[in-house]
Amino acid sequence: MAEAAESSGDPGTTSPRPLFAGLSDISISQDIPVEGEITIPMRSHIREFDSSTLNESVQNTIMRDLKAVGKKFMHVLYPRKSNTLLRDWDLWGPLILCVTLALMLQRSSIDSEKDGGPQFAEVFVIVWFGAVTITLNSKLLGGNISFFQSLCVLGYCILPLTVAMLVCRLVLLAEPGPINFVVRFFVVIVMFAWSIVASTAFLADSQPPNRKALAIYPVFLFYFVISWMILTFTPQ
Amino acid sequence: MAAVDDLQFEEFGDEATSAANPGATTIHIEGPSESPAHQPGLSRGSGGEEDDELLGNDDSDKTELLAGQKKSSPFWTFEYYQTFFDVDTYQVFDRIKGSLLPIPGKNFVRLYIRSNPDLYGPFWICATLVFAIAISGNLSNFLIHLGEKTYHYVPEFRKVSIAATIIYAYAWLVPLALWGFLMWRNSKVMNIVSYSFLEIVCVYGYSLFIYIPTAVLWIIPQKAVRWILVMIALGISGSVLAMTFWPAVREDNRRIALATIVTIVFLHTLLSVGCLAYFFDAPEMDHLPTATVAPNQTVAAAK
Repeated sequence: MAEAAESSGDPGTTSPRPLFAGLSDISISQDIPVEGEITIPMRSHIREFDSSTLNESVQNTIMRDLKAVGKKFMHVLYPRKSNTLLRDWDLWGPLILCVTLALMLQRSSIDSEKDGGPQFAEVFVIVWFGAVTITLNSKLLGGNISFFQSLCVLGYCILPLTVAMLVCRLVLLAEPGPINFVVRFFVVIVMFAWSIVASTAFLADSQPPNRKALAIYPVFLFYFVISWMILTFTPQ
Repeated sequence: MAAVDDLQFEEFGDEATSAANPGATTIHIEGPSESPAHQPGLSRGSGGEEDDELLGNDDSDKTELLAGQKKSSPFWTFEYYQTFFDVDTYQVFDRIKGSLLPIPGKNFVRLYIRSNPDLYGPFWICATLVFAIAISGNLSNFLIHLGEKTYHYVPEFRKVSIAATIIYAYAWLVPLALWGFLMWRNSKVMNIVSYSFLEIVCVYGYSLFIYIPTAVLWIIPQKAVRWILVMIALGISGSVLAMTFWPAVREDNRRIALATIVTIVFLHTLLSVGCLAYFFDAPEMDHLPTATVAPNQTVAAAK
């Protein structure tokens, strides 16, 4: 084909006729359809969809986002190897969970002691900087997951630990004692294991195979520290 | 030990003949082009350690060339930092094992790091150590004051940030000072062995690994147990550091060499004893006569 193009664009040469010289004389018969319409059938629908999100009511927007968040919560609670969390990532869920956890974990302002439990800002910083550090670590080790996808997964997998915090607060309303502690310990351990299993199910596939343990260990440390903060929470 | 001496002698021999003997240079020319592909194979073969020592030793100046070849991305790109995390799981485990079992004569940097220093180990070992010390300190204080009715448990979260500052400052500033000192001495005395800054950070980071189980065991509220643990941990990690840096200062003035090694070990001691003293309350209750302690415990148990 290249030789034919060269020979047809080169009129002055008197070189012997190359192999495909007659190709340019071939005309296309009429019964081979080479024309048609090139339209994207969905285009008009997409345009309608785009403009409709501007015009829809606020309740619709909020409910759509809440449903997406709720669907991801279900994926975390029943972890299977699916990539829904990765495909449609959002950071609303992690924000809601982190704020809830930090609100419940902060020490009360009545507590005037210097040493005590973490403040709201400390919990917030630990969760977000911990997640960012783990994401950077997995990217530096060569994982092929995007930055926000990884933040999304790590944030959503805090859900079991937030549930554990709620349960611990309820249990702490009862009278303190060793049984109280054993119950809380058991709940936190189970939820910690659940978080690890959930995040591993989502994150493990994106790591290079001979570095999986290196990428998973920081996740383990992260959830361990959060579990420790939940377990040692003492109300005033 | 004879094998080690043979290898050290051979190191001088190869470098002397490589310039004189063109036949030997063919081996050296193949070395740098082969070793990027060979390096994973070399590291994997833990059985052929003598071969590894040989190749690591007579390529001592070529390894610096390799290091230059590896880090070719400019420092503002992400790929530049990825070269510091170019380790596999088994390599990290091997390096941790090497820091736990110091064998006299085997240099940690030569044997395990061999021009592939990583930042994964130092960073995450320090992070684990920070949380291990803070959590163990908290637990041990709780257990010591368990029987007392007047003691109100607080999680003492501020100690985490203090521990983080101390550990990370030690793991980064002391290697910086040591590297600067070695560079300065290197300009005065030609040393055979010189380490890059990252290799020193790597050695220090991995040598801190022994303190993680030590910090967990420090929960035991017995003073004798704690001090024995300090001795053991200091012995192991101090000897790893000493054996790593002794070849680097050996050529120097005897007194300066000894002073350097003593300072390294002294700073290490300061770190471990300081952490023990600050984060772990003294178990005074156990040292009072048991007559006063036992009634407290039996009273608490009865309630």
